[in-house]
Amino acid sequence: MIVAPQKNGSTFGDSMLRKEDARFVRGSGHYVDDVQLKGMLHLSLLRAPVAHARLKSIDVTRAKAAPGVKMVITGADLAAHNLAWMPTLAGDTQAVLVTDKVRFQGQEVAFVVADSRYHAQDALELIDVEYEALPVLVDPHKALEPGAPIIRDDKAGKTDNTCFEWSVGDNGAVQAAFNRPDAVVVKQQIFYPRIHPAPMETCGAVADYDRAMGKMTIYMTSQAPHAHRTLFAIVSGLPEEQIRIISPDIGGGFGGKVPIYPGYVCATAASLLLGKPVKWMESRSENLMADSFARDYHMTSEIAATKDGKILGTRVHIVADHGAFNAHAQPGPEWPTGFFPIFTSCYDIPAAYASAVGVYTNKAPGGIAYRCSFRVTEAIYCIERTMDVLADELGMDAIELRKKNLITKEQQPYRSVMGWEYDGGDYPAALDVALKMADYPALLEEQKKARAEGRLMGIGFTTFTEIVGAGPGKKCHIAGLEMFDSAELRLHPTGKAILKLGVKSQGQGHETTFAQIVAGELGIPAEHIIVEEGDTDNTPYGLGTYGSRSTPVAGAATAVVARKVRDKAKRIAAHLLEANPDDLEWTGDAFRVKGSPDQTKSMAEIAFAAYTNTPPGEEAGLEGVAYYDPPEMTYPFGAYIAIVDIDRGTGVVKVRRFIAVDDCGVRINPMIIEGQMHGGLAQGIGTALMEVIEFDETGNHLNSSFMDYQIVTALEVPNFELGEFVTPSTHHPLGARGVAESPTVGSPSAIVNAVVDALSPWGVRHLDMPMTPARVWEVLNANGIAE
Amino acid sequence: MQIKVEVNGEARVDEVEPRLLLVHYIRERLALTGTHWGCDTSNCGACTVLLDGQPVKSCTVLAVRADGHAVTTIEAIENPDGTPSALQEGFRQKHGLQCGFCTPGMILTGTALLRDNAHPSEHEIREGISGNLCRCTGYENIVKAIQWAAEHAEEAAAK
Repeated sequence: MIVAPQKNGSTFGDSMLRKEDARFVRGSGHYVDDVQLKGMLHLSLLRAPVAHARLKSIDVTRAKAAPGVKMVITGADLAAHNLAWMPTLAGDTQAVLVTDKVRFQGQEVAFVVADSRYHAQDALELIDVEYEALPVLVDPHKALEPGAPIIRDDKAGKTDNTCFEWSVGDNGAVQAAFNRPDAVVVKQQIFYPRIHPAPMETCGAVADYDRAMGKMTIYMTSQAPHAHRTLFAIVSGLPEEQIRIISPDIGGGFGGKVPIYPGYVCATAASLLLGKPVKWMESRSENLMADSFARDYHMTSEIAATKDGKILGTRVHIVADHGAFNAHAQPGPEWPTGFFPIFTSCYDIPAAYASAVGVYTNKAPGGIAYRCSFRVTEAIYCIERTMDVLADELGMDAIELRKKNLITKEQQPYRSVMGWEYDGGDYPAALDVALKMADYPALLEEQKKARAEGRLMGIGFTTFTEIVGAGPGKKCHIAGLEMFDSAELRLHPTGKAILKLGVKSQGQGHETTFAQIVAGELGIPAEHIIVEEGDTDNTPYGLGTYGSRSTPVAGAATAVVARKVRDKAKRIAAHLLEANPDDLEWTGDAFRVKGSPDQTKSMAEIAFAAYTNTPPGEEAGLEGVAYYDPPEMTYPFGAYIAIVDIDRGTGVVKVRRFIAVDDCGVRINPMIIEGQMHGGLAQGIGTALMEVIEFDETGNHLNSSFMDYQIVTALEVPNFELGEFVTPSTHHPLGARGVAESPTVGSPSAIVNAVVDALSPWGVRHLDMPMTPARVWEVLNANGIAE
Repeated sequence: MQIKVEVNGEARVDEVEPRLLLVHYIRERLALTGTHWGCDTSNCGACTVLLDGQPVKSCTVLAVRADGHAVTTIEAIENPDGTPSALQEGFRQKHGLQCGFCTPGMILTGTALLRDNAHPSEHEIREGISGNLCRCTGYENIVKAIQWAAEHAEEAAAK
């Protein structure tokens, strides 16, 4: 059945139903694993069963003779083509296949190409490998100890396991604040555990090398196909025009499809060597074990404040576990902790300092920016947890403490002590909206009553600012590629249009939102604007979709190109109306001679004329391209309230209510924005309550399937209470800021703060995530609260 | 081994290895790629199909187990006239999907749920879909999509 949309309208600002859904609800989406080419072969990777071991020998004789096997390749074979190692986006190197030693469990050791998935898997069993065990380092603190075994002995002269050292801010000013006689100082160890983006679609590629033409086409689960093409060209030596990356429908990315994984390189190498299409599609356990993890930050956080709660300074030291290779995805090696320097967040803090040491361990390499603009999640969790510790120390209400320190509307646009230029907003007012939605006084009453009855109810808060939309290109880049983005727009003679983008949706609804931007600028219904992205041969160069940058950067490019097209349309309209362009006005979908309402030309008429009645001196056609380099990042912000109940018998934490007020600037499609909020909040609940990747002492990965790596089901999440707050960005052409990551950034601390609040009568001041029933029950039991 | 399976109403006879998983039979042999493969442990439900009308996770069912049975995939869920079913339309109306990867499995589970319980409560819906994971939507709009379909089922049937 087809019924009319509930919310009418298909232009900018409308909750237009998504165009892409027509195929997804029918199962006719087209994902990488759906690509089936004639003569296609299948690649499976042999992965190391141990975490740290020297590769003594590898014998592929039996595997090569197995049924259906076309090729077996080891690290030594790749080394012969100079492909055994590849650069990472972080400026480190990573083994494609092991040549010297295994550095984490699940590392790629060899691959088999066969005529079927099953035959390839069978042959893996027949590869004989001899390993010589080495001592395993899973704890980054132990890895930093003198005398620890060196994990990266492939790097000449490497004498320890440090992968970087970094600091930012003025430690002298912070120390002076801490030394003030009236300062109250709190210090808290906070661990943000290793977690995984775990999109429903794992990673994979189909590489299809056309020997006759020398062209390599790679269907790939890529959030950044253009940047990946350039990197493939640099690493493989293939000329860039002969590489075409097609990122078809992507089944969720969340940052996990930004890095280049060894599997992509292996599939490409195999297709090149065999001249046949080769598919590599990893299993869920490969995805969880070997692809980039996120977070894994051990933070020591300190705040000094006056006795009445005015913050004087803050300092954080981070031990950052990056695993065996520094394969994090940040906007350039000069950002080794990403945008962690946003850690003063929405507060007016006069002195701040952060330092970090990155550490190599025998764990999978990373860490990626999981639904987070480059470590903002860690930064916000750190300050929001510490704020509650400070409130506890001062005996002050958590809201009162935040209100005392929030940057005010009058201070905007605010320049933080870390040098960020915030793009407007009224943080205290957004918090008030959230408090009103929650009915805070009633909540406090409810909690009082619950406590009197022996029930554990907690209320937790987070106020925060995000930082998204990287570039500017001079500050942010991938391997030197400046982080601009692009849009190419062409109107057809009948007044319909095609828009091509340098970004790539993984579920965000670009085909709808970006059509709405053009609709708003040109007055063409969004139904008649097709959006193309993901194919590097057919879209303009862009840096891709991550860090909530699609709307802030490519959205801006779309507005700019539509305005360029409208400028030309104006000249054509003037020709048709025999008027001076300066005498025309734009009505929203037509140009009109000022003062003559019947003298108009619609965009459809103008488009037709662009092909049939070209004005003298004008080129035919009506199209344009825009590359947009943002002048600054955008700063969406929010105020969140979580209400939790803890079962005293089981330790189960239930998030009963979640109130989220977000300001993502001007809203292009409110329905899609709310959907993004829901998804991000659910992921935040998973982070706070369930998700963790852990290892035993010998480096065994303990969460390598969805049985052990638990993401939320429909039963663990409430219906969300969303509030709207709109402050147009001061510099974005549409006033938009980006939204998708705010909920993942802001929600874990609100939930943990609520759990700690519930337990605070027993002196509990901090608990590390995830708040699993076992962990919570231990606390209940230790404090005699367990039933 | 030879298997005789009715797939989306069509009788098929195929030679398969005994170890071939139903999900691979459907996706690779029959090229019905709307059924997705998301995990190997029956947790995610992206591979959900109906076996004699009951939802099963085809990543942990052998193709030979379908011998003599009827399999229904997402490709056969739409109405006979080619329009989307009430539940498919509900997913669109209520923004019950984002990346679309879990959607076919969700729709098959939801179809069976509504067949057995035409007016489920919110909790019954949440419980009913708790074997299907979605990483994008936070589930709220999936629940609303199923509720929408329940409300519009009669209208759809009247068509």
